[in-house]
Amino acid sequence: MNFKLIADISIQLLLARWKQTLVAAIGVTFSITMFITLLGFMNGLNDLLDGLILNRTPHIRLYNEIKASKLQPIDRTFSYKNHHHFISSIKPKNERLEIYNHAVIIATLNKDNRVLGVAPKITAQVFYNVGAVDLTGVINGIDVEAENKLFKFSDYVTSGNYIDLKNIPNSIILGKGAAEKMLANIGDVIQITTTKGERMPLKVVGFFQSGLQDLDNVQSYASINTTQKLLGEGNSYVTDLQIKLVDILQAPQIAKEYASIFELDAIDIQTANSQFETGSSVRSLISYVVGITLLVVAGFGIYNILNMMIYEKMDSIAILKATGFSGKDVNTIFITIALSIGFFGGLLGLLFGFGVSHVIDIIPFNTAALPTIKTYPVNYNPQFYTIGFIFALVTTYFSGYFPARKASKIDPVIIIRGK
Amino acid sequence: MSEKIIEAKHITKYFHDPLTIQVLKDIDFSINKGEFISVIGKSGCGKSTLLYILSTMDTDYEGELFIDNVSMKHKQEAELAKIRNEKIGFVFQFHYLLNEFSVLKNVMLPGLKLGKLTAQEIEHQAYEKLKILGVQSEALKKPNQLSGGQKQRVAIARALINNPIIIMGDEPTGNLDKKNSEVVFSIFKELAEVYNQSLLIVTHDNEFAARTHRIIEMEDGKII
Repeated sequence: MNFKLIADISIQLLLARWKQTLVAAIGVTFSITMFITLLGFMNGLNDLLDGLILNRTPHIRLYNEIKASKLQPIDRTFSYKNHHHFISSIKPKNERLEIYNHAVIIATLNKDNRVLGVAPKITAQVFYNVGAVDLTGVINGIDVEAENKLFKFSDYVTSGNYIDLKNIPNSIILGKGAAEKMLANIGDVIQITTTKGERMPLKVVGFFQSGLQDLDNVQSYASINTTQKLLGEGNSYVTDLQIKLVDILQAPQIAKEYASIFELDAIDIQTANSQFETGSSVRSLISYVVGITLLVVAGFGIYNILNMMIYEKMDSIAILKATGFSGKDVNTIFITIALSIGFFGGLLGLLFGFGVSHVIDIIPFNTAALPTIKTYPVNYNPQFYTIGFIFALVTTYFSGYFPARKASKIDPVIIIRGK
Repeated sequence: MSEKIIEAKHITKYFHDPLTIQVLKDIDFSINKGEFISVIGKSGCGKSTLLYILSTMDTDYEGELFIDNVSMKHKQEAELAKIRNEKIGFVFQFHYLLNEFSVLKNVMLPGLKLGKLTAQEIEHQAYEKLKILGVQSEALKKPNQLSGGQKQRVAIARALINNPIIIMGDEPTGNLDKKNSEVVFSIFKELAEVYNQSLLIVTHDNEFAARTHRIIEMEDGKII
């Protein structure tokens, strides 16, 4: 009941100084707009850049690494057990890179409900033969369907149909950079030499562009079968297992677990790409700081306007108190004024922020490096809108708090006698 | 013996800034219902100070004050505000109407704050009060469109809206010309005699005071 009266008085006071109120509200609107736009754009870019790596990187990769034996002969003698060993004479032996029994491992992994999917892969070092020149390259032998399902393979195949890789025997999808060097077109047959010296003709069915130039100059894709043939290996030859998890954050822990279960090397995405994580969080932090700074500036504006309003309305406050409004009522009136500036300014800010984000979202952004991107990336995460709105209310509350407290402490006697 | 509505017991007050001065010395008096009292005295004799203490707005004093037989000592600020709202009507030298609101709304505000009646009933009451004061035709105007005398009458209507036990005035005619002063005085007189309204008016207009029921004269912080 009483709140309705207080709200009514607040609104009347607001309207009485509507120009100042408008300026204050525009300040809030502007800062919220910038906050939303900045965060949306910044995070859109983050997602894009992370996506470049994350979409195509397995959360956990299982493989055999060529490395020196952990157990060197010196470790076997008990007499030097507690000494520091610097003799490590045994070099890595000619171990096979193959993952034994990969079919069983895949079956086991697929039963684990933390795992979204598994895609086997073979990495083969090759030479692309271009006239008299040999270019070094890497052919990834992939399970085309699994690769597409887990790592959006088709997104990066800029021309040709990715599924042809599976359907056409002895086919290859060339990296864009490699293809340009080789002057290869779709339908051409190119010559590949393996590290063991075997030569093999492969038919080009498409081009692949990842957005990372170095990768596109070197990498190509072929089906697992083709790669096995290329290497002269049997059907069971697979060098990598790429695992995608339901929850990416569990990767380090699950990687350790699999490494010990399957006696393989396992690397998780966080370890492999820690710099991306850091980059993303720093960019987010910067946008939050800028947004909050803008809001604080707007908050000072509101503080000033309310302070001025209180000096102007000193008489009104005095008479309200004389006729029975308590200090708390007066406090509520000014807090209500501040909060309604924050509320409506913030609400408009969200709308404008969405609008500006949308405008950015439709600006064409074509870059050769990013084939799937046609416009600037924007993230519309509702979380930013919620945070923005809460910030608007909190800042305006605090900027109204001190003036309101001052108003509630006004002694009517001093004002009335002063006349 | 009519009932006492306000009773002051040994009220003493000091001003501490810049020097400690005793402004009120052991004030002891009471007001009965329906009395029309004026307080006179020279400037600085403490009459306004006394009024603000009696009105509960000034709480920094020694002694005891009873309004409606309830002691005002040790009351919270919010409780005192409620008492002012319900039991005391104010008329000041300056009208203090809120220019943001219409005349009618200005009169209604203390009633809405009290919240005992619905908004419609309060509006009806406000019209009644404005009618008593002869300014009902100005009800929907803004205060800044009214003349000085009309504003003061609206201020009196506002003081009356909650049917207070007493109306306190601090030089309510101080800012008005002879004619308007006369109008305001006759309104007070009518309120006292027709509506049995108690009034306590501080004034330095001896002619005004002479026509009230009882005169309290003050000198150097004492009633003489």
